[in-house]
Amino acid sequence: MSESQIIALSATEAAAAVIAGELDERELYGVYHRRAREHGGSDALNCFTWVSELSEPGGAPQRPLGGVPLAVKDLFCTKDVPSQSGSKILEGYRPPYTATAVSKLQQAGATMLAKTNQDEFAMGSSNESSAFGPVRNPWDRGRVPGGSSGGSAAAVAAGLAPWALGTDTGGSIRQPAALCGIVGLKPTYGAVSRYGMIAFASSLDQAGPLTRNVADAALMLRHMVGQDEADATSLAFPEPISVPDGVRLDGVRLGVATQLSAESEGAGGIEPGVAAAFEATLKLAQELGASIKTIELPHAPHALAAYYVLAPAECSSNLARFDGVRYGLRAEPGGEDGERGLLGMYTRTRHDGFGAEVKRRIMLGTYALSAGYYDAYYGRAQRVRTKIAEDFKTAFQDVDFIVTPTSATVAFELGALTDDPWAMYMNDYFTVPMSLAGIPAISIPCGLAGDGLGPGGNGLPVGFQIAGPAFSENRVMQAAHALEAAIGFDSAAAFA
Amino acid sequence: MSEVEYEAVIGLEIHVQLSTQTKMFCGCGLSFGEPPNTRTCPVCLGLPGALPVANEMAVHYGLMIGLALGCELAPRSIFHRKNYFYPDLPKGYQISQYDEPLCKGGRLGEVRIHRVHLEEDAAKLTHVGASGRIHGSDASIVDFNRGGTPLAEIVTEPDIRSAEAAADWLRLLRVTLRRLGVSDVNMEEGSLRCDANISLRPAGSEQLGVKTELKNMNSFRFIERGIKAELARQEKILRAGERVIQETLHFDPNSGRITSLRSKEQAHDYRYFPEPDLLPIAISQQMLDRAREAMPELPAAMATRLEQEHGLSAESAELLAFKDELGDYFEAAVREPVDPQAPPQALANWLITDLTGRLGEGQAPLQSRVEPGALAALVGLVAAKRISVGAGRSVLDKLVAEGGDPVAIVEAEGLGAMSDGDELAGIVAAAIAANADAAERVKAGNAKAVGPIVGYVMRETKGRADGGEVNRLIAQQLGA
Repeated sequence: MSESQIIALSATEAAAAVIAGELDERELYGVYHRRAREHGGSDALNCFTWVSELSEPGGAPQRPLGGVPLAVKDLFCTKDVPSQSGSKILEGYRPPYTATAVSKLQQAGATMLAKTNQDEFAMGSSNESSAFGPVRNPWDRGRVPGGSSGGSAAAVAAGLAPWALGTDTGGSIRQPAALCGIVGLKPTYGAVSRYGMIAFASSLDQAGPLTRNVADAALMLRHMVGQDEADATSLAFPEPISVPDGVRLDGVRLGVATQLSAESEGAGGIEPGVAAAFEATLKLAQELGASIKTIELPHAPHALAAYYVLAPAECSSNLARFDGVRYGLRAEPGGEDGERGLLGMYTRTRHDGFGAEVKRRIMLGTYALSAGYYDAYYGRAQRVRTKIAEDFKTAFQDVDFIVTPTSATVAFELGALTDDPWAMYMNDYFTVPMSLAGIPAISIPCGLAGDGLGPGGNGLPVGFQIAGPAFSENRVMQAAHALEAAIGFDSAAAFA
Repeated sequence: MSEVEYEAVIGLEIHVQLSTQTKMFCGCGLSFGEPPNTRTCPVCLGLPGALPVANEMAVHYGLMIGLALGCELAPRSIFHRKNYFYPDLPKGYQISQYDEPLCKGGRLGEVRIHRVHLEEDAAKLTHVGASGRIHGSDASIVDFNRGGTPLAEIVTEPDIRSAEAAADWLRLLRVTLRRLGVSDVNMEEGSLRCDANISLRPAGSEQLGVKTELKNMNSFRFIERGIKAELARQEKILRAGERVIQETLHFDPNSGRITSLRSKEQAHDYRYFPEPDLLPIAISQQMLDRAREAMPELPAAMATRLEQEHGLSAESAELLAFKDELGDYFEAAVREPVDPQAPPQALANWLITDLTGRLGEGQAPLQSRVEPGALAALVGLVAAKRISVGAGRSVLDKLVAEGGDPVAIVEAEGLGAMSDGDELAGIVAAAIAANADAAERVKAGNAKAVGPIVGYVMRETKGRADGGEVNRLIAQQLGA
């Protein structure tokens, strides 16, 4: 096979070709390894923080994934391989163990190709908070790829990896998938072990696939799910993950929430190109047999506020371990008027090691948990979270799925929002409610803004989000597959 | 105007290291002096990405403690994170329990229990340098072997009124925990650690005074001395018309001095919040049944049983049941088939007074050279008057020093009671002759004057004579 033929294969196709003996595993790996080295560095897309030193995969191809190369978000601990969570405080840190999700994929026959750039500790929606520089969007290198799994999304979109592993806390898989024109799935909370994921917000973090198509997402998810003795919050998936093959949506009831629709006020200005692509996709769904129903998620407009209390609160505690004592950066105490001794070492290390966004969230979270403020902030946010989960439960009595635009905007220009944290946080408006409810949601590319779908176009991808009840991943992907086939999005258009 | 009498108000916080196989939140074995940092893993080192998983055995032990202390067991309790920075705390937070602990309420003896909760121990810090404290040290080194050891924290209500009562109650708690088998309860090794909250108030007042917290006293003696010293310090402050400052204090047993431990850290806001990495502990009926089935006989129940089964005095029964391993020793001894039989009360007396008195502080009878069967045999011989009480004590001296069989010792040393009444009568006559003054006074009705005569007989017979028989013969011969 030629290089262009090889990179045209989806992960599912590549695995099948290797197992059928039609494709040499070394050749498959070699093509991606060369491409990753050539296009993934800081002088190009900057989507990788590490690319394997090995120019050939070690060992024989393993079933069922046939050695298909895998890009892994930096925050997954990978034994003896840099795992830095996009932060200077962990620069060069090589853990002594591998995260469960990664080792499960390796055991199923995936070969680790690279680690992907990300927002620092997964805090960001543009990948600009990475200590290792921003990732560039393959569709337009002057624009962001979204975040925090921006490196994973860009690598898959540019054809530098067949697929990638990401994590989603408030939209960190779905939003970059949308902005890069690929598929991203956030599974049900607990479906995939968090063991070995450098934590941002423990009650929300969830690993998931970023892939070129829905079938690849299903294949990866199949080899990630399962209860893990090392993660007390993990759960056994109640059924096997099946390969989606749906082409129709007959009888499927799609819910459009007043509060999460293109017209909703809270979204803070949805772009016309995004609105048009979303509406066109709804029309397409109806043509496939789906019915559209307007539903209410009364508390959804408060999701972002609750999220930006809960996630910083958890992160302020999760990031306390980065204190310079045992691993990562340790700065010498002192400076002109700095504290001496232990406190000086702590403050200097954390001052030098964390970036501005991480510091902002640590301070927000520390404040929210402080005596006297706990009930007003953390306690109230937890109550809002409960209400949002109840809203979804009620809604799912009337509809099978809830659909939204994944993001209010297409990929924006580098630096456009870095001085406006609130505008940056608004990127998560459509994705955070599902995170708080712990339910699965997928983003699929539904077209290009202005690509014959309506006004406001700039030719950049738009994401369509489909959310279902807990553990409904098979059904969600079945519906996504049907839409995907009808949309016919060309995911290879951005290949480097 | 008479001086105000002050009343001590003391509450205790006890940390008990649970003797589980593995640590509280990971699979590492507990450490017993292994080389530093050899009992560690990503979880107890707080490495990035590692997650805790609660130890079921620790929960089981926690429930047993709750049952033993008569607590209300929470059907659902949750772990919280207690956030603060310190090098012995690798995650920057301790996983503990906060407003929903495993057990609430309860009572042991005269002291009410406030709560019992589970948490993880910190690592061990050693400060290198002259001071031995973190401030001013050249370096601090951390051994994470201890980090993550399961702890049960037991908090009492402020029901204790004296330093002695505090130490006594802690002894009762320790023997209770030892009976449960949930901990080594060794204070010197730190598996049982006690902090005391101490305040004074005018006697009769219902209002609590300002309290101080006295930290980590690692023996019963230090607890008693430490609390006494702190009570004295507070009384001096109050009598001078000044105010006690609420602070954490350190008692130095060498100097007897009390110093402020970390006033700077008093203002800690621990920012407790529910640990998102762990599910709530939901107590199932099965877990409760298992804990109930595992409950051994507790000291209070044992005292009642000893009293009823063996006809012991209430005081003896309580002493045996409440003190270290006296009860176990007693039960082992009383079961021994010795001939002549040892009456249980006499056996108890010999154990409590004679044997315990001959052992060093902290040495349990079961660890001594005196086998329970040997003590039983000895008491049997004395009770049957085969040997005198005095001879019995000599035999016990020998048993404590060398161990062995009392019957053999009696024979070898010729300590058998004098069975020949005539021989003893002769010695008594000689004793009276040698102590004529005393004999006159006894005749005149001064019974206490008999001492020198008895002493003479005992010297002559090397203690083999039975005291009662000697007194009978003296009275007979003097016609008194």
